[in-house]
Amino acid sequence: MARGGEFAEVFVEDRTTSSAMLDQRRVEQLSSGHERGAGIRVVVGETTGFAHTADLSESGLLAAARAAAAVAREGGGGVREIALGPLRDHQSLATIQPDEVDKRRKIELMNHADDAARSEGSSITQVQVALGDSARHFLVANSDGLFSGDHQVRTRFNVSCIATGDAGMQTGYRPIAGTRGFELLSPEAVSEAARGAARQAITKLDARPAPSGDLPVVLAGGSGGILFHEACGHGLEADAILKQASVYAGKVGQLVASPLVTLVDDGTVEGEWGYLAIDDEGRPGARNVLIENGVLTDYMWDYLRSRKEGRLSSGNGRRQSYQHLPMVRMTNTYLLEGDSDADEIVAQTPYGVYVAQLGGGQVNTATGDFVFGMTAAFMIEDGKITAPLRDCNLIGNGPDVLQRVDAVASDFSMTPGTCGKNGQSVPVGTGQATMRLTGVTIGGAAA
Amino acid sequence: MSELLERAERILGFVEGGEEIEVYVASGVDTEVQSYQGEIEELTTSSSSGFGIRILNDTAGGARVGTAWAGSLDDEAIEKALREARDNATFATEDEFVAFAGPDGVDAVALTLTDDAVASTPLDEKIAMAIELERLVRSGDTRIRQVDSANYSDYIAEAAIASTTGIRASYARTGAFVSVEAIANDGGDDQTGWGLSAGRAPGELDVEKAAGDAIRRATRMLGAVKPKSFKCTAVFDPRTAATLFAIIGGALSGEAVVRGRSFFANRLGEIVAASSFTLLEDPTDPRHFSASVYDGEGLACRRNVLIEHGELKAFVYDTVSARRAGTVSTGSAVRGGIAGSPSAGCRALQSAPGDIDQAEILRRVGNGIFVESLIGVHSGVNPVSGDFSVGVTGLMIRDGQLAEPVREVTVASTLQRMLLDVAHVGDDVEWLPGSAAGQTVAIDNIAVSGT
Repeated sequence: MARGGEFAEVFVEDRTTSSAMLDQRRVEQLSSGHERGAGIRVVVGETTGFAHTADLSESGLLAAARAAAAVAREGGGGVREIALGPLRDHQSLATIQPDEVDKRRKIELMNHADDAARSEGSSITQVQVALGDSARHFLVANSDGLFSGDHQVRTRFNVSCIATGDAGMQTGYRPIAGTRGFELLSPEAVSEAARGAARQAITKLDARPAPSGDLPVVLAGGSGGILFHEACGHGLEADAILKQASVYAGKVGQLVASPLVTLVDDGTVEGEWGYLAIDDEGRPGARNVLIENGVLTDYMWDYLRSRKEGRLSSGNGRRQSYQHLPMVRMTNTYLLEGDSDADEIVAQTPYGVYVAQLGGGQVNTATGDFVFGMTAAFMIEDGKITAPLRDCNLIGNGPDVLQRVDAVASDFSMTPGTCGKNGQSVPVGTGQATMRLTGVTIGGAAA
Repeated sequence: MSELLERAERILGFVEGGEEIEVYVASGVDTEVQSYQGEIEELTTSSSSGFGIRILNDTAGGARVGTAWAGSLDDEAIEKALREARDNATFATEDEFVAFAGPDGVDAVALTLTDDAVASTPLDEKIAMAIELERLVRSGDTRIRQVDSANYSDYIAEAAIASTTGIRASYARTGAFVSVEAIANDGGDDQTGWGLSAGRAPGELDVEKAAGDAIRRATRMLGAVKPKSFKCTAVFDPRTAATLFAIIGGALSGEAVVRGRSFFANRLGEIVAASSFTLLEDPTDPRHFSASVYDGEGLACRRNVLIEHGELKAFVYDTVSARRAGTVSTGSAVRGGIAGSPSAGCRALQSAPGDIDQAEILRRVGNGIFVESLIGVHSGVNPVSGDFSVGVTGLMIRDGQLAEPVREVTVASTLQRMLLDVAHVGDDVEWLPGSAAGQTVAIDNIAVSGT
């Protein structure tokens, strides 16, 4: 391009969503939505201009393009022909598309979950079931000639339960979510999730305040991937790295974690919540090893930042919708299995905390300090799982906690989640097998 | 009549026999500038509009509602949404408490919540503010190593609500913000600090104050250590206290109460907080950036006293949660944009100011922890059980003075306990973006977890 570094991109998206809720056996808030629009960005030097519009007519798109290009205030001008390659469109994995599903079937499943939850005990006083799906088709074309598209269908089913006892109320929650169609949900799957949510709430009725201070922590398989998402995932995103706003900047090739840690971000795990055939900049989803046997191997990249560095995007350029600029985001982030036995790990922990479910977290990438919340946890005493604990956050420093992984089992599983960054939410997966940290600060209220 | 209200009324014309329609139409214009190393890093300009429709069918056993929304206002989208909302309604459960709002005789308070300067200020001036903000932070202290993001943003938002049950409401709001995150280093670990300034128009923003806040917060955290675990009084600064008030406000939602999801249920008239604590919800106070003339169902916003001198006085209700509770709406419906259904919530909370300043609170507390930022509020606070545990950064309080900085610690209690343990409320009200204003608050019996 004439002045080096100029780049333009058009992203057109059409999204249909539907949602419904069952609350106290009442079907309510059945909603259907549709949006369609284009986001246009123009990059000149270090500056990105972005505008979006719901007006897909030629005049609407031109107006947005002019607004996006307004940052290119000096020079420019002239017209350049761009030869787009043939469209490479991708089909969704869904075998049952959302719009083919009879709403009665959705309601049946929600009622089924409600029944299953209440069958766990009369202390269950509140059950809320939410079902949502979305079908998203986007096309992206850029001045490098890229022209790609993807159909992404996602389905999500959440069960939230409240149990009431002498000491007040407690909550239980289980999600089912995948980059799949309605085939993701079966009566068996929703029933299992509902029972799990109910049991979690009932168990916590007897919970005591969590301890306060540094203790060994065993994270159950599937529950603890969020730890890596927060402890190092965000800090390995190239935007934070290039701004020297991450504790992991400049550390490729260095030992940053216990040798038991091999961490992968992988957009190709079919059907997982963070799966994508291509990212929102048109690059194929990929399996990227971030940390191998404790050594930092690479960061995650979006198209623009990798282009500047003269390398390939790792397929991590994502955006919430056409109304948002893409940035570096995780997909499915997981720790590879180890060879310990999950039960043995617990048995070999004299005193500590066993976390059966985590509920989210947050990190300050510049300092590395991060928290993650436990929503189902127990004491470990003499190598046995004992008293349930009330909800609390755990806090640690990423580079420090990564060194403290001292056992990883082989019972791998994944959990869906929603990742928020700079005001944008995207679906992500996290995963690990049962593992132990030699010490983390438990933020409980017990003295 | 506003153009949006005309559009909403036009959609009402499609009403069919035996049904009611409610239409919410919204539009917005947004500008956002991010400065990095003295240049514009990102400049976003956008305008959007859309609508949400709810269709209500009266049936023998009550009513059924279906919803649909679209991110445009063209005829095809409207026709499709009407069709989908009608279809959705047929699958809803008949419910005797389901209804749309109707005029309730409460007059709307006239408020000026817009400033033409958001639209008339040249883009170059907005860009200059972001660049100046970054420059002030970088040059303000030699220990500032990096400015991760320095932003200017503003919006013009308009909305209208019309229903076949007699609602006609339209309103507008503008806002402008600058915010910045600074990274400080003096040879040890990095520390961060965040500064902001908010107003209804660019001219109201105090760029120097935002820069100064970010620098002060980042640099005074330098050398922060993780303390031993202990129990003490925690003093929350106005920003973090506002977050606490917003969490309490969530549990005071009549919707949470009627759904059996609030620890305040069945406690009206009881003492739930220290006598020094009074919590108001008043969207008609224009000092709130989130002030509003109408609620999310088009009823006039009004002042509601929720907790008065420690006594639980009221919940906030929208129409449906109020009917379920056997009362009337408090004009407190909130909705999450065009795609959201109305629900009951707080939008403009304020704790009644005390009569001492922050320095006096620190003096009276003597020893404890001063909390300046929170992390993990969404993962560590359970608004149903009341369990509260969040990560914080801040400073120790020793002999009534701010002392050494601390990091990587959590503060924990339960929301129920914390309200009763409010020891002091400051007079230093800070008006903030979000649903609550804040002032310095001291709370006893907080478990601090460190090493």
